[in-house]
Parts: sequence; C-alpha cells; structure tokens
Amino acid sequence: MQEHTQLSHKQINEDLLKGVLTVPKWWLPAVAFLSLVVLTGLGAFFYMVYHGLGVTGLNRPVMWGIFIANFVFWIGISHAGIMISAILRLTQAEWRRPITRAAEVMTVFSLIAALHTPLMHVGRPWRVLYWIFPYDFSRGIWPNIRSPFVWDPSAVGTYLIASSLFVFVCLLPDIAILRDRAKKPIVKKIYAQMALGFRGTPRQWKLQIIAGILLSALVLPVFVSVHSIVSWDFAVLIGVEGWHSTIFAPYFIIGAIHSGVSAVAMLMALSVWLYGLDKYIKPDHFDAIARLLIIVATTWFFFFFLEWVYALYTLESPEIALRELQAFQWPYGPLFAIFIITSFVIPVPMWLFKRVRRSAVLMFWTTILVNIGMWLERFLIVIPGLVRRTHMTFDWGTYHPSIVEILVVVETFAFVCLGMLLFAKVLPLIPLFDIKEGMVNRRLIKVGRRVIPATIREGLPHHYYEKKH
Amino acid sequence: MAKRSVLGLYTEEDSAADALDNLREAGFEEGEYEILTGVPYPEGTFGEAEPEHKLYRWPLIGAACGFTIALLITAGTELAYPLITGGKPILSIPAMAIIMYEGSMLGAIIFTIIGIIFESRLPRIFMGAYSEKITEGHIGVTVTTDETRTDVAETALNKAGTDGEIIRGWK
Repeated sequence: MQEHTQLSHKQINEDLLKGVLTVPKWWLPAVAFLSLVVLTGLGAFFYMVYHGLGVTGLNRPVMWGIFIANFVFWIGISHAGIMISAILRLTQAEWRRPITRAAEVMTVFSLIAALHTPLMHVGRPWRVLYWIFPYDFSRGIWPNIRSPFVWDPSAVGTYLIASSLFVFVCLLPDIAILRDRAKKPIVKKIYAQMALGFRGTPRQWKLQIIAGILLSALVLPVFVSVHSIVSWDFAVLIGVEGWHSTIFAPYFIIGAIHSGVSAVAMLMALSVWLYGLDKYIKPDHFDAIARLLIIVATTWFFFFFLEWVYALYTLESPEIALRELQAFQWPYGPLFAIFIITSFVIPVPMWLFKRVRRSAVLMFWTTILVNIGMWLERFLIVIPGLVRRTHMTFDWGTYHPSIVEILVVVETFAFVCLGMLLFAKVLPLIPLFDIKEGMVNRRLIKVGRRVIPATIREGLPHHYYEKKH
Repeated sequence: MAKRSVLGLYTEEDSAADALDNLREAGFEEGEYEILTGVPYPEGTFGEAEPEHKLYRWPLIGAACGFTIALLITAGTELAYPLITGGKPILSIPAMAIIMYEGSMLGAIIFTIIGIIFESRLPRIFMGAYSEKITEGHIGVTVTTDETRTDVAETALNKAGTDGEIIRGWK
C-alpha cells in the first residue's frame, strides 16, 4: 500500500533540516504573533493573581470552570503522541516513521499546557506545593495522599518526565546529524554537546532500536494510568451526579485517544503545508491514520453511549435532571449538539470515503472539528455537573467564563503552537534516521510481473539465520 | 603507547564488509575496529559481531527503587499525620498503590534512559577519527590501535576501496 520513493541520505538531510538550518519567511511573524498571544494570556494570569479568583467566572456552585475543562482537553491531546508512537513502534508499522517525532513532541508541549491551567486555577500557584510535597516539618501539615489532587501531579509528572526523556533519547542520532551539518561554530558546538558524542556504531544503533521499543512498552502503561487518574478527579467524588461513574477511566482514555490522534493528523497536514514535507508525509499516511481514527472514534462513541445508558438506567431523578440539563437546556443543549455533530456525526462518515482519507485538506478540517467537539465534551462534563440544581436553593447558580479565563485558555493553544514552532526551528520534527532506515530496509522485489517495495524487518539476530539456513 | 584511530569511508555496504574481513585477516581483533553508519542497518550486515548489553536489567532496578521511594513517601506521609477518617485504616492501600505504581514506572523509565546512555558508551568526549560524510550516507570503518599498527590498518582499509583519503585521529 505504501507509495515508494527512494531518496538519498543527502536529500533526506536537506529536506528535513531545511526548517532548522534556514528560516522560512512565515516563521518569524508566526512566532511573534503566538508570543503576543502567550504574553497576553500570562498578563491575564498575573492580573488574576493580583486581584484574586474573583476576576474569573468561578463562583458557588461552579468552582471548576474552563480551566479544568482545558486541563482535561490537553491531557487528552498529550495521549496521542505516545499512543501513536508507542503502539506503532511496538507493532513495527512502517507508516509510523514520519509521524512519531511530531506526535511525541506534541505530547510534551500539551502536557506543559495541561499543567498550566490547574496551576492557574488554584489562584495562588505557589501554594500547590502544600498539596504535593511533604515538606512542612515544623507545622506537621502533610499532603493528603488519599486525594486525587496528589495522584494527579504524580501521574502527570511521571508522564511528562517520561515523554521528555523518550523524545531526547530518540533525538540523539538526529542531533548528531545537525552537529555534522551546522555551519556556525557555536551552533555546531551546542549540537555536539547535545549529541553526547553519538557516532552511529552498531552498539549505539542497537540500543536506539531497543530504546524505542522498551520505552514504548514502559510509557504505554503510564499513558493509560494518567487519564484514568485524571478521570478519577471526577469519578471518586460521590456528591456530583454525572461525575461519579465507574466507566469514566476507559471513557476518558478512549476520548483522549480520539482527540489526540486527530491532533496528530492536523499536525501532519500542517507539516506538509508549512515545511513542504509531502515527499515524506503522503496520502498513504493520512489514509492510515484516518482508518485508525474510524476505529477509535467508533469505540469512543460506544463508551459515550454506555455512559449515558448507565446514567439513565438507574432512573434516579437527579441524574436524569442533569442529563436533561446537559442535552436540552440553554446554553448546554446547543453545545451538546455541536459536540456530537463535530466529534462524530460529520467526521466519521466522511472518513469512510477514500478520497477524504487521502486528502490533507479534508483530514485537517475534519480533525479540527473533532477537537472542537472534544473540547466541548470536557466542558459539558465539568460545568453542567456543578451547575445542576441541588436541594439547597441558595446553591443554585450558573457559570459564564470571564475574559481572563478565556485569555488564559487561548494562551494554552498559542503556547503549544509556539512550542512546536520553536522546537522545529532547533530540531527536526521528522526523525531523519528513522526515514533513512526505512529507505535502507526497503528493497524492490519482483512478484509475478510487478516490482514492489518490500520491507526488511529486524526480527531475529543474524546468527539465528546462519544456524538455521 | 599512544593509540591512534584511522577511518576509511565507503559508499557500498559490501566494500565496508570487505574492509572488516581485511582487518580480521591483518590480525585486528573485535573491539579494535568499528563500523560507523548514519542509519541503523540490520544486525550483521557488515559481518560485525553482535553487540551485547544488559539494558533489560536497568528498568527492573529502577522500578524497584521507584517503588521503594514511593512506598516510603506515601506510608511515611500518612503515618506522620495519622488522621483517622471514617474509621478507616491509616494506611490507605488503594491510594498508596496509585502513587507507588507511578513511582515504579518513573524509576523504571529514568533508569532505562540512564541504561541506554551508559550501554551506548555515551557520553563520548573524544570522537577519534570521524567524518561528517557518515551522516550523509557513507559507511565508516574505524580502527583504533597502537600507533605502530596504523599503517597495517590503512592498507587493509584501502584494499577494500575507500572513498577518498583515510582520515586519521587520536583516541
């Protein structure tokens, strides 16, 4: 199925390092604009720190607003990177090669963006230390490890450290290429330090290959645990209908994969347009990721359906009232309709058509729709759950996000885009050595009257074949 | 005696494999010569010995360390502030298990990374004889040996048809 274009190593270096060794015309204006948005968001945050959380729309009973919805959204996006990279590496899927790096890097920036919002949400971020670290020996105050707010930092922190180290180790061979290609002595020196003296010996390559597989196998269980734990922030709370659900952990994970894999498809389309990487990211790659998305989206929809069935089957009036609020009452009803339409009804039937799957433009727009829907999904879990009317009438209220909250949320989107652009200016977004390995391992063979590319896979060590044959 | 390294560059896999054969014939031992490539080739492409490593031990040691530290933090924290809630035991196993799980995984991953770098024999301060052409697709065969034997190594490398001059460097 894979289209075959044999490229020389020199050509691959030139193509994939173009964005690093030269400055594209659009790069500086894009970075300036995104930096402005990030600074505006940070300005809004400092305004909030100075004036207190009163400048947000948070008030009783809605004490968790779009900051928390945004946190869950970015944790979801972060799942794509490792999920795509780890599963495709473990299954030795050939189409992974141009995708893995960008997905892994997106994981790192998404996690940092995800950590932004709960830190800002607490109003006094430096006090987060009280929750997490047992340090206050003089007063005998200790964090409550039974609280999900201690589980969260341990899980997200583990995931962030693991994915950052994963990216770094897999970058070593490409940093070595940059060391050899960089023109300015100071830049060369920096890359030489970062490459740690990587030379490409069989031992180093063998460890690289094993690292990819071993780290994938280690990071996958962390990836599953992170969104489970994020879901338990809600699910372990007995008092809120709609949150206290046993299905939340798998439902959150599959939702995360849905939005995350969609984000990877968006990133692929942007890489093709911005960096002209159409020789490396081809319609075949979009086709493969769209097929994966059909399965993921359908599974996610099944879990979404089950979550509603479990809620309604109890026939408990508070639960039914909440569902009615989520789906039919203003302003949540229209948002609910947009959520369903954008995250499933439009994209999935479209992906059934080969023409859509193989089009970068259509894949870009359909996956944008998915992420609009998935952001709304998180909003619809967090906010209506708290807005619902309880027995205490003094506790009835609604929620409108303030401009401060909106600016901070927009800042997280700009931050991830800015981070990706800055990364792509310093290090390649497509793993060069992985692409070259694909070229080396691919040979043209004749089958009947056709000549097709065949891929050699590293399986058993060579001495096995020598003994057997 | 000072050691010196020499490097021959080849454009074809077969020539690099021949160079290794020539070196063996000339009496050089495994460990004295190395293949340098810009891309991972299937093991044994050049007839080189299979590198051995003990990487799989690293995550196990890391996981054990991470588990122990997480156990000490969680149990220690709960015992240091023994607040009984709802008549439940002080040590809450389900809550501890979450943090101990994350601690084990974090330990395993950090140790794996350290293991990868250590087993790859990195960081390497002196590059020895090296060429930037290696990351452009050339295959390098480098020999690190006593200064007196570099001529023999150069002859063996040249016999396989090097692309350009032999590059010399210090260990």
